[in-house]
Amino acid sequence: MTILPDPASLVNEDRADGSIYNNAALYDMEMDSIFKRNWIWVAHRSDLPEPGSFITTFIGQHPVIVSRDRKGELHVLLNRCRHRGATVCEHKSGKTASFVCPYHGWAYGQDGALRAVPQPKGYGESLDKSKLPLVSLKVAEYNGMIFATFNQDIMPLDEWLGPAKIWIDLFMKQGAGWPVKTMGEHKFTFPGNWKIQLENTTDAYHFPIVHKSFLDSVDNETQNIFDFVEGDGFVEDLGNGHSVMVMIPELIDLEENLDAPVPERFQELADALSKDYPPEKVRQIVRAVGGSGFNLNLYPNVACSMAFFRVLRPLAVDQTEIRHIAIGMDGGPDIANEVRLRLHEHFQGPMGFGTPDDSEAWDRVQRGALAGYNIDILLNRGLGHEAKRESGNLFSDVTAETGMRAAYKQWLVDLTCETAAEEAAQ
Amino acid sequence: MSITLNDAIEFITLEADLLDYGQFKEWLSLYTPEGLYIVPIDPDATDYEKTLNYAYDNAEMRQNRVTRLLGGRAISAMPPARTVRMHGRYRMLEADETKCVVRCAQMLTELRQGRERYYSANVTFHLVKTDAGLKIDRKIVSLLTSTEALTAVSYIL
Ligand code: FES
Ligand SMILES: [Fe+2]
Repeated sequence: MTILPDPASLVNEDRADGSIYNNAALYDMEMDSIFKRNWIWVAHRSDLPEPGSFITTFIGQHPVIVSRDRKGELHVLLNRCRHRGATVCEHKSGKTASFVCPYHGWAYGQDGALRAVPQPKGYGESLDKSKLPLVSLKVAEYNGMIFATFNQDIMPLDEWLGPAKIWIDLFMKQGAGWPVKTMGEHKFTFPGNWKIQLENTTDAYHFPIVHKSFLDSVDNETQNIFDFVEGDGFVEDLGNGHSVMVMIPELIDLEENLDAPVPERFQELADALSKDYPPEKVRQIVRAVGGSGFNLNLYPNVACSMAFFRVLRPLAVDQTEIRHIAIGMDGGPDIANEVRLRLHEHFQGPMGFGTPDDSEAWDRVQRGALAGYNIDILLNRGLGHEAKRESGNLFSDVTAETGMRAAYKQWLVDLTCETAAEEAAQ
Repeated sequence: MSITLNDAIEFITLEADLLDYGQFKEWLSLYTPEGLYIVPIDPDATDYEKTLNYAYDNAEMRQNRVTRLLGGRAISAMPPARTVRMHGRYRMLEADETKCVVRCAQMLTELRQGRERYYSANVTFHLVKTDAGLKIDRKIVSLLTSTEALTAVSYIL
């Protein structure tokens, strides 16, 4: 019998044991306690534009199909045939009226209902098709963000997101009045634990160190904007593991400060837009193109990160897949969306000027944390001056580890709650 | 006389050698001022400007990339990965006196932090003849795994 690790002995308010990144038994517990119990982000509304649209993705290790049926209703279905378990769909995205399993031809509807099986006579009276749909998960959407969960008793998504909802609304102002749409993604893996990435989204402290070479490649004005570690930004615990890290307070609300001068790097875009749009609209679009000034970390697997969605997927205790999904204005000017694509390529992805350096740092954490026994990972930055807002939310300076503490607080709740303990005992 | 396949191969081999031996400044001079170095994601894309790529480098971005590789300020390139690349299966798709399009296979091995990794790609070169010899107007590196999850690539493909 394997002895299960005791999560409560591994994570404290201000520190964690290094083994949280490399204990395989703990990882298995996390997959059940966290990825089976919570709302997990699966798609953006624009990935499923019309009836019949679908994508395939994962919830933790479980392959799923996200589909929009004829009536426009969303379904999240386990990608597993009810006959003998084959995946019924291996396309990344597309449009279909049904999912037909390639093995023996069982056919399912967009809502997962089993419609037909070949040669049904072989089953006599014993096959009740109504009892064998693709297994359907609970699904909910907030402002274009689609989440699903195995947990039928979970709190409503609205409640789970809580104060994070306001920040999602602010983030979506990058549509500049148009709906936000996804515009492709950079997908890569790094040889390290998923929590290293979860932490990084609320880590402003590393920016001027790890991203020196990115900063070298941009103009002075942009360097100044990214010079935020001693600025007025903050990190705030939003509850349920979520947090927001505001790096550039002037860019919280993209519809404010519209009379601020256009940054030089966007002047060319502004001039081009001026041919088709009035000055006020031009400034709104240009501000939106520059992205939001904050990272919103939505525990456990997605972040609205300045100008893109960052989605993580644990592959193994020491292997994580990350997607940096580009976003743009659905119906907005092509020239502005193209500028967004170029900005995304500049920093993000396996060949960007930012991501490879992040990836190197995380790789080092995974390797380094293997050294020795019982040595802590520190999570105490900014704790001394951490304070409470009227709402009760904890907050501290922009480089504080408040966001990581928020995530680990929820991590501990997830791993130590009664149902988790019961499941582990089974 | 049209640009010959041999001329093109000689030039492409020089480019590969400069990249594997870290002579990035010399590499920069192989491009036309309007030249583009493109690593697409979508294998079916044709309008790269309108789609997300891994890299879509004009002259300024190529210069930045080289600065990053040589500057010693990017932890993923301190030192840069070492690479060995081989080209073969050359085919001239179009050629006249002033320009040509040639396609070939590229097999690349990377070594960094004790890890060996492999990338295969189809590479298409749009070359133009100038007073200073052949130059790259477009180099499109279509990775076999472009739609799969990659790992950090802090060098030039
Ligand atoms: S496994 Fe799907 S029809 Fe048999
Ligand atoms: Fe970073």
